[in-house]
Amino acid sequence: MQPRADLLIRKARVIDPASGRDEVADLLVEDGRLLRIGASLDAPGAELVAADGLWLLPGLVDTCVRLPEPGNHRTGSLHSETRAAAAGGITHLCATPDTDPVIDSTAVVRLIRERAMKAGFARVMPMAALTQGLQGQQLAELATLRDAGCIAVSNAGHRVQDALILKRSLEYAATFDLPVVFRPQDAALSSGGCAHEGPVATRLGLPGIPSVAETVDLARALLLVEATGVRAHFHQLSCAASVALLRHAKAQGLNVTADVSIHHLLLDESAIEGFNSLCHISPPLRSRADRDALMQGVIDGTVDAISSQHIPLGGSAKLAPFPSTRPGISGLDTLLSLVLELVQRDQLPLRRALDAITAAPARCLGVSAGRLEEGRLASLCLIDPNATRLPAEDWLSAGRNSPWLDIELPGTVRLTVCEGKVTWLSD
Amino acid sequence: MTAEPSTDPLQLTGDGQLRNFLSIEGLPRSVLEQILDNAASFVDVGDRAIKKVPLLRGKTVVNLFFEASTRTRTTFELAAKRLSADVLNIDIARSATSKGESLMDMLRNLEAMASDMFVVRHADSGAPHYIARHATPEVAIINAGDGRHAHPTQAMLDMYTIRHYKGGFAGLKVAIIGDILHSRVARSQIHALNILGAEEVRVIGPRTLLPADIESLGVSVYDDLSQGLRDVDVVIALRLQKERMDSALLPSESEFFRLYGLNNERLRQAHPDAIIMHPGPINRGVEIASEVADGERSVILHQVTFGIAVRMAVMSMCMSGREAEQRSRGGDHAAAR
Repeated sequence: MQPRADLLIRKARVIDPASGRDEVADLLVEDGRLLRIGASLDAPGAELVAADGLWLLPGLVDTCVRLPEPGNHRTGSLHSETRAAAAGGITHLCATPDTDPVIDSTAVVRLIRERAMKAGFARVMPMAALTQGLQGQQLAELATLRDAGCIAVSNAGHRVQDALILKRSLEYAATFDLPVVFRPQDAALSSGGCAHEGPVATRLGLPGIPSVAETVDLARALLLVEATGVRAHFHQLSCAASVALLRHAKAQGLNVTADVSIHHLLLDESAIEGFNSLCHISPPLRSRADRDALMQGVIDGTVDAISSQHIPLGGSAKLAPFPSTRPGISGLDTLLSLVLELVQRDQLPLRRALDAITAAPARCLGVSAGRLEEGRLASLCLIDPNATRLPAEDWLSAGRNSPWLDIELPGTVRLTVCEGKVTWLSD
Repeated sequence: MTAEPSTDPLQLTGDGQLRNFLSIEGLPRSVLEQILDNAASFVDVGDRAIKKVPLLRGKTVVNLFFEASTRTRTTFELAAKRLSADVLNIDIARSATSKGESLMDMLRNLEAMASDMFVVRHADSGAPHYIARHATPEVAIINAGDGRHAHPTQAMLDMYTIRHYKGGFAGLKVAIIGDILHSRVARSQIHALNILGAEEVRVIGPRTLLPADIESLGVSVYDDLSQGLRDVDVVIALRLQKERMDSALLPSESEFFRLYGLNNERLRQAHPDAIIMHPGPINRGVEIASEVADGERSVILHQVTFGIAVRMAVMSMCMSGREAEQRSRGGDHAAAR
């Protein structure tokens, strides 16, 4: 295990969206703690890191990561995936409960936390299953799971069909002020579909998933959130109408937040032309107008956070005709680079872009992370925004299911520190 | 973002010859016309005492049917045999290769047997594209129907039939009726008619059976059969599967027939010389009345005859495209030395 770091990072552009700080400064980490940010610091014992031209950011916080453990060893491990996270500047990641077995017992929580601790690359924050086995029938032991270390509760992609059970689950979660994370998608309206119901799916003859499959479920959830007063976060919004619903809910004063996957900000339905199954994801990539609305939602803050929506898949998962391939993109390796790509294309202002992968997701999940705070254990990353990389050459996730492998992207990570320990140092 | 390249490089050689036949979309008009012209020269092969030409002699054609279809498979088999090819029929229950890996393994095995052509029928849209991407370039792939996506040889035999009876496509109004949503035939017909220069392609059906944004394929949409049939030159009825009633797409066959079934009364709206087509097998009294199916304007049985000739044309063109490509590749290789 890594010792706590003593580092003096010299002359970096320190960008901390939470505090609004954006200046060239030195940053001192002593015994793992972020001691000071300021001009011309001095620390005789600390290791010097020359950071001219580099950016120093809070460690990234990822709200939506599907871990391969427990359950699916063929597509990597907690070790491989958290290492990919560290190399991508990510220090905190929120794990979805749809593992095998699902995160509905303290034993599973303990197993995940122990393996994550042993790997030592990132802080893994598990989400508890809202209902036992994600079956949507009986409540999971939410308070016990919270005490075991779960930061939020979710039924992941398994919609709770019964509105009464959902209402009671929300009331119970509200008792402990646990945020509930929704992944809105109506099961019947999306049944059998594998692509956005629109012109591309029609032409390719692919069964469609209409936008209304998402909005019907989102609207139901918002009404129940309003009725129960629970804190709620929505994963992976994919369409313009969802952004509008959320904007309205926030204007009404509801305690709700949302994220979007980086892929939905960069790609639209045209990416599946030629039956490109690397862009087969769920929810599906939708129209250009949907993409633009999601981007606008991120810009104006309606959509709080950007996630990797990391789903590492084995080599055979995409080796089939499009409808038979498994949906998902392995996203940890490219989250930061793709966000920088959006900034470089002038589609997203820098401050908001960095906020959406640091302070905002931490706020959504109610965790203390994603900011550079003096006196606390340091979680940060040092990046070279001007360097470019070919993801295929430095890929670390066990899942190589990504449409970005062979596309040159901006941004390399030089150093990642997670809770006082160096988790990534590039040579 | 950068989309995948169109299907053209998968279907055409560098100098524009057909090498795979996966989809009508993306093919130039000249290639479609060449298919029709070549098919014309094959039509009378069936009338000869010896119904064979030696164009595919010594070649092995594998019919890879992941979805049962005796009719289509038989016409491909007959077409291949009339071209003097050896034919291997493989009917694979879908479950046996539900995993992509075993599909790839099976392809490798078949390639190892020195197959020259795969004729692929699969329930998944895009399966022939997938196979074309992953098979060795020595094997030609012909799509015999994939999911809801495409059934290009069926569409070309329909085009052959239309050209045979109407002389060409300029000025033609064509109506396609019924279950467009699930129909790979309709999608391929729409592309073919638009590429070949038909004046108007109409689709007619209840909204439950029309796919989203179908207008984007270049069709006009009609809810009402009589309006949709007005002045059309070609009427194509699609087969209505019985299971459509189970998923609330339609209330009953009888209501469908009452609203969208073709009968002589309704056909009076169409041009007096209009022809009636159907990809078969027909459901009498569901999408089409017997009086129409067996009537003098019906060309349904001729479609079947033309089907063999069109498949012979496509198979021989793909094979010669392959061979030309390999010769030029071999030439490059020799030149490089």
